[in-house]
Amino acid sequence: MKGAALRRFTGLLRKEFLQILRDPSALAIAFVLPAVLLLIIGQGVSLDARGVPVALVVQHPDALTASFTGHFEQSPYFRPLRYRDIQSAEAAMAAGKVQAIVWLPSDFSRRARANGNSPIGVIVNGVDANDARLIEGYVQQVWSTWLAAQARLQGKRSPLPLDVAARVRFNPGVSSRDYLVPGLIALIMTLTGALLTALVMAREWERGTLEALMVTRVKMREILLAKLVPYFLLGMGGMAASVAIAVFLFGIPMRGSLLVLTGTSALFMLAALGMGLLISSFARNQFVAGQIAIITTFLPAFILSGFVFDIDSMPQVVQFITHIVAARYFVAILQTLFLAGDVWSVILPNALALAIMAVIFLAAARAITHKRLD
Amino acid sequence: MWRQVLALLIKELLTVLSDRKSRVVLIGPPLIQLMVFGYAATFDLNKVPIAIYNQDRSAASRDLVAHFTGSPTFNVVANLKSEKPIDDLIDSREVRMVLVIDPRFTRNLLSGHPAPVQMIVDGRNSNTALLIQGYANNILNDYALAWNARKGAPPPPAVLDMRARFNPTLDSHWFIVPGIIALLTQLVTLLIVGMSVARERETGTFDQLLVTPLRQFDILLGKGLPSLLIGGIEATVIIAATVWWFDIPLRGELLALYFGLLLFVVSVTGIGLMISSLAVTQQQALLGAFLFMVPSVILSGFATPIANMSEWVQYLTFINPMRYFLIIVRKVFLEGADFSALTAQYWPMAVIGLVTLITAAWLFRKRLS
Repeated sequence: MKGAALRRFTGLLRKEFLQILRDPSALAIAFVLPAVLLLIIGQGVSLDARGVPVALVVQHPDALTASFTGHFEQSPYFRPLRYRDIQSAEAAMAAGKVQAIVWLPSDFSRRARANGNSPIGVIVNGVDANDARLIEGYVQQVWSTWLAAQARLQGKRSPLPLDVAARVRFNPGVSSRDYLVPGLIALIMTLTGALLTALVMAREWERGTLEALMVTRVKMREILLAKLVPYFLLGMGGMAASVAIAVFLFGIPMRGSLLVLTGTSALFMLAALGMGLLISSFARNQFVAGQIAIITTFLPAFILSGFVFDIDSMPQVVQFITHIVAARYFVAILQTLFLAGDVWSVILPNALALAIMAVIFLAAARAITHKRLD
Repeated sequence: MWRQVLALLIKELLTVLSDRKSRVVLIGPPLIQLMVFGYAATFDLNKVPIAIYNQDRSAASRDLVAHFTGSPTFNVVANLKSEKPIDDLIDSREVRMVLVIDPRFTRNLLSGHPAPVQMIVDGRNSNTALLIQGYANNILNDYALAWNARKGAPPPPAVLDMRARFNPTLDSHWFIVPGIIALLTQLVTLLIVGMSVARERETGTFDQLLVTPLRQFDILLGKGLPSLLIGGIEATVIIAATVWWFDIPLRGELLALYFGLLLFVVSVTGIGLMISSLAVTQQQALLGAFLFMVPSVILSGFATPIANMSEWVQYLTFINPMRYFLIIVRKVFLEGADFSALTAQYWPMAVIGLVTLITAAWLFRKRLS
């Protein structure tokens, strides 16, 4: 009996593998989708502002204003453009030619020499609030280095009494790509996992081949398992390819161990495939299954996973909701594995959550397929 | 002829809306996602957990600590007694920053030497790391200037007077929520057209459609109009929620926004129909829909600025309709733009729509053989 069950199962497996080979779209989902998306998007996502076009308006140029604007010219964050008056600078900002205006009024130098606290007008385009805030930070840096340089020049102490040093752990260059690419892998693997399995059960329902299978002695458990195994292998292959691209092409550091990476990826892949199987068994027709897959995978994994938007900044209710998004746990694991290393206090709870989600999805898929059988 | 197109349109609407699951999927999730994403998608920091290691313990440093405890941006969760737990706290993400105040802090302040303060920041999310440093620097600068004023030290020669145009409080919801209009409109449109032709191909009903007296253009109308109708209605609901629920100011012409919306839905419909007619199976169509949707959203400027992308990717975004529509939405909402300010965004979408729709219609018959 044992042997018969095993033979049945290998027969089913063979069928699945043949089906995969016959329609190349499964192979495309596993390898082409991650590679293409990672290559294009990996070059695209960045929150680091460099060479921001900024309008400099100096109404009375002299040595003091020149020393200030000189600091802008040296800064890698800015590309200064000169404007004669504030009106033309405002017009340039409205036209999108500059992101910010730095304005030294005509009495700037006089007031600076007389009483100090001479105002420097800074106007940023606030439409992209995040970008605007980063730009404000960079302006502030330019201002404080200029103050220090001025003081040194006059042989005085720095007018700011604090000496602030910053140390950024794990990502000393504060390059946003280093944190976005690991998150991107989690996002892409969510899609791959769900896409691989979202349609497979629905297709069999739609074509009636599942009923044909049901009249044989094959058990539902075996049918689902036979679907899971080949797609799991494909998904893990895609994951390996993605990690290779991240490390060798984008130069993202990999500080965790491969063993932990493989283990947690396997858990995540089971959860993602399980979700696909669940969608598929629930919808029973490919069109609806496809619609559900589009809706439940991409945008939640994009916005609610911590890939770009920090979960800690969200309101409590929304933070609570993010717990049903499997990608959330994988993003946390991947960001830590890539940038920090095997930090167990981050990896264990997140891996546990992934395991629970995998079990729930697979059990639910199994449960609703069974119910419809009789 | 119009009667036939109308009949086809009704049939298409029925296939989309008659299936209960499909109806639920089209209407429920986009509206739920609007509410959740509207609150979730923010770059603003709020109660970031930090720890302070104050080695100085005098009135001056306690005053600095109070500046941090009083800030709504930070939430001081631990006052450390030694530097040992610092790395662990950051590694485990319990805190995002540790502020270390040097034992020489007060002595240096009083003797006029720069007083050392160190920030140790978790860099795993580099954007948050930069923002944390920015906020902390603001607090430190305020403290420094206040100290100077109290001690009668000469003020710095110049100070910054910073203002933000169009979004004075730099609330990132003002940037993100209008973007969600584009995001969800594209989603709904793709849900309707992304697999529609492929489904009929797979079940064989598309061949039947092709042998009716309907011309390709009529089929195109029948297939495309439902997404225009449903996409338009859902977009209207989302725009209304943006204005009245999320309180985002709508400063420009609504008509200019709707003209952009029309062109956007038409161009996404064209792309969706093209993918759908290229595919032989629904699985291929779904793959195609994802291969378009994911890069089009991430490379649209929705969350990360296009100006930060590498150059060839920036060129690639020119064929992405969402890029143009996002500019339109934000310009109309925040900058108060009218028709004339948006022509540079309108025509590329019109071109994309035209090319993809013609290609889709051409592909209808091409695939028959």
